[in-house]
Amino acid sequence: MDMTQAIILTIMTAATPLLLAAIGELVVERSGVLNLGVEGMMVMGAVTAFAVAQLTGSAGLGAIAGLLAGMVFSVLFGFLTLTLVANQVATGLALTILGLGLSGMIGESFIGLPGLKLATIEIPLLSDIPFFGRLLFDQDPIFYTSIVAVVGVNWFLFKSRAGLRLRAIGDSHSSAHALGVKVVRARYLAVMFGGACAGLAGAHLSIVYTPQWVENMTAGRGWIALALVVFASWRPSRALAGAYLFGAVSIGQLHAQALGLGISSQFLSALPYLATIAVLVIISLNRRMTLINTPASLGKSFVPER
Amino acid sequence: MKKTFFLLAAATALAGIAVPASAQGMDKVKACFIYVGPVGDFGWSYQHDQGRQYVVEQLGDKIETAYLESVPEGADAERAIERFARSGCNIIFTTSFGYMDQTNKVAKDFPDVKFEHATGYKREHPNVATYDSRFYEGRYVLGQIAAKMSKVGTAGYIGSFPIPEVIQGINSFMLGAQSIDPDFKVKVIWSNTWFDPGKEADAAKALLDQGADILTQHTDSTAPMQVAAERGALAFGQASNMYNFGKETQLTAIVDEWGPYYLERISAVLDGTWEQSATWGGMADGHVVMADYTNMPDDVKAMAEETEASITSGEFHPFTGPITKQDGSEWLAEGEVADDGALSGMNFYVKGIDDQLQQ
Amino acid sequence: MRIELKKRDSLSSLFSILSPFIALGLTLIAGVILFLFLGKDPVKALYSFFIEPLTEVWSLHELAIKAAPLILIAVGLSVCYRSNNWNIGAEGQFIIGALVGSVLPVVFHGWESPLVLPLMLIFAMIGGAAYAAIPAFLKARLNTNEILTSLMLVYVAQLLLDWTVRGPWRNPEGFNFPETRNFGDYAVLPRIIETGKAHWGFGFALIAALVLWFVMRRTLKGFEITVLGQSARAGRFAGFSDKKMVYFAFLLSGALAGLAGISEVSGAIGQLRPVISPGYGFTAIIVAFLGRLNPLGIVAAGLILALTYLGGEAAQISIGITDKVTRLFQGLLLFFVLGCDTLIHYRIRLVLGTAHKGSAA
Repeated sequence: MDMTQAIILTIMTAATPLLLAAIGELVVERSGVLNLGVEGMMVMGAVTAFAVAQLTGSAGLGAIAGLLAGMVFSVLFGFLTLTLVANQVATGLALTILGLGLSGMIGESFIGLPGLKLATIEIPLLSDIPFFGRLLFDQDPIFYTSIVAVVGVNWFLFKSRAGLRLRAIGDSHSSAHALGVKVVRARYLAVMFGGACAGLAGAHLSIVYTPQWVENMTAGRGWIALALVVFASWRPSRALAGAYLFGAVSIGQLHAQALGLGISSQFLSALPYLATIAVLVIISLNRRMTLINTPASLGKSFVPER
Repeated sequence: MKKTFFLLAAATALAGIAVPASAQGMDKVKACFIYVGPVGDFGWSYQHDQGRQYVVEQLGDKIETAYLESVPEGADAERAIERFARSGCNIIFTTSFGYMDQTNKVAKDFPDVKFEHATGYKREHPNVATYDSRFYEGRYVLGQIAAKMSKVGTAGYIGSFPIPEVIQGINSFMLGAQSIDPDFKVKVIWSNTWFDPGKEADAAKALLDQGADILTQHTDSTAPMQVAAERGALAFGQASNMYNFGKETQLTAIVDEWGPYYLERISAVLDGTWEQSATWGGMADGHVVMADYTNMPDDVKAMAEETEASITSGEFHPFTGPITKQDGSEWLAEGEVADDGALSGMNFYVKGIDDQLQQ
Repeated sequence: MRIELKKRDSLSSLFSILSPFIALGLTLIAGVILFLFLGKDPVKALYSFFIEPLTEVWSLHELAIKAAPLILIAVGLSVCYRSNNWNIGAEGQFIIGALVGSVLPVVFHGWESPLVLPLMLIFAMIGGAAYAAIPAFLKARLNTNEILTSLMLVYVAQLLLDWTVRGPWRNPEGFNFPETRNFGDYAVLPRIIETGKAHWGFGFALIAALVLWFVMRRTLKGFEITVLGQSARAGRFAGFSDKKMVYFAFLLSGALAGLAGISEVSGAIGQLRPVISPGYGFTAIIVAFLGRLNPLGIVAAGLILALTYLGGEAAQISIGITDKVTRLFQGLLLFFVLGCDTLIHYRIRLVLGTAHKGSAA
């Protein structure tokens, strides 16, 4: 593997959890729900995946358990915000506090243990393609899932009837309801999908990225994922671009440091954030585009009138 | 109002009588610890808590301990320290540099409680002591091993923040390496975090991609060790023994052992012999311990053990001249040994390091 | 079986008062179960959490110190959220406020004058407001989503503070450790009463809450904020400018966050260091919503949240639970409070039977 390949691979690893969590949250927000608890769901996914992998000896089972943990945790958010119509922003933040605490408790006995790493799956023939083959077709299942999720969600939102209904709910839950769409049920499903993605993203951290469990190991990645949804203006393909841009700048600044260019490390560390802002500003100059995509009832509670 | 006044008076009285005059001993001591990170970080705070547990094992029912973890520096730290002082702790260990002023502030109001602040330099009251470890002693040994073991003559160094302790470490590592290979190169990446496994892993990968084949770190997580293991490189553990994370990768690790110091100081409170001090313990005191030398040929191991022995005996000091600064000016003349004052505020690189420090 | 909500014709004043108590009751029950499960004495644990911090004078002062930044920031944020401006970067505005406010005591430390402190407060408010003006400008002029810009600017602010404290503002007598010199006496925010530690930051918080409560309740500006928040279109018909409101909300909340920042640094820490906030700017978002975006509610919410931090520490010491348990418990409390608020707006009915019945009825 040459150096360029190695660097691209590092970027892909860094971007995958961000992308997955962002895609999940993107669907949630398209349904009109704002779940700021991504960090909490992610960290629950991370600890569950690690614990299950340790106990069963199978990283694959760990990944599935991480996904389920994120999903179960998101149902809690759904119950409060959809059934009891509690405030979404505050509930999401409370979910993060709860998740950081609970994951710390669950993970106490797993500290200091080397973890199992999810094996890569080599896709025959395709992985022989020069340069790109190794990068794209000799990867772990979670990476493949992240790419499938982008393509799948893109198809779902813009090509399927169910996706059309989901977008309709996000744009105006009252009108969608009037047309007979089951708003609350659809939102529950969206929230659970978001939880599953965040859980799997967390699992990626603890069984692929850095196979170990330590408290708060998500280290703010859930927040970056949230920002990426906005960056993407709620379009899956742009979430892909955003996650890889963020990953590339993050890794690039480390290389700039290792080269000893003498630029302040704080400035270099700030680059990913500044770059994201700059690109978003350029994108949003096209005003119409942004307005079309923003779900109009984002963050607003819905109670069916009867 | 009356009630609160009574409580306040009671609290003051308690603080006054809880601790007997320091000349006489006591039957049972309450020792309290404040950590900056979670005890589950498997790094800095974890090692301090290991020290606490060690003392509990040693002193049995003569000691009671309590700890607060993840205490942010600032107003929260002051409150946490004061809470301990009021809750009957006889000695309080505050284990982060950022607790320095808060420790001294609270110490002023509780003259009968002993305060021990790690890594700081302020001892404004007679009941405040400071302590730290000479991690740089271990770094010198790492540097020598790195120069012997590296095939390409380049090591990667993941720094957290450019504070004197970390800079001492980088310089000492470089001096150790140069003693074997004068042309040895060290590439530095500052992660700007003590703890973020993902980011540390990314930094490790970047250093390996840029040609280093040995990694060392001054951040807390085991992620760089795992990256090195995966890429078939070599690495040194930090803070705790990380052998389990790289059985064919770890050459050795610098292990922070706070247990012996804690035992000594808490016992002193029990005996009534505690006095203010500024301890900077190293290998000789058992504060800096090298994990087993592994994954290296016998001659390298012998060299490492020899250096370790001569540092432990006091025969050799890693910062012994001639040493030239990065800018080419002379820092220490032939045979001159750096004094602790110069070391504790170190803010420059020695010659040969390929990085620039913010001035 | 399922849960069905029916909107009340008007807000239930009974449940406005009762719901926090119901939430507290549920939290206590959950707490008993949790602590029994962990093998700890639940009575002792709950006493440590909710009562112990209130029984001593020093601890009440600490409560005020902890609550001050939360309230000050949250009150500003409530104006943002009511007017539909999603400022989630208060943490960054807090930091920049503290940084700009510290110019005098750090760079011009020789200047000792009673003017220093008032100027510091003003500088801090300008600094915080200016930093908040960036997402406001990008939103109003370039249509850039403020959630992303304000959040990203938090990280940039943290790194800027880090750089400043390690480089140009490093204490020359500090052995090259990353911190500025200690503020002189003139630059330290005074205590409210001499016998306790609570500083004027808490006073600022109460004043800000009262003033904004008045503004929201009694003035045209308050009406404008609410109208524009509900519908920018309706607001425009009423002759209000939604762009001006973007600036107003961001600058106001930025200024208050900046004031909170300098109050914390000058009143509680006494110098600048690489990290000056344990996440006040984010916690304040919960406080704002917990207080139902009402300035007076926010005062109560800020105090309650501060109490759970203090109580959490007390419980860690008295019954030896870990920090994780206190956070879990804090999360549960928030869930119950948020969930019970539903009672104010809705009647809750348990409906037996299948899901289809309700929508047909």
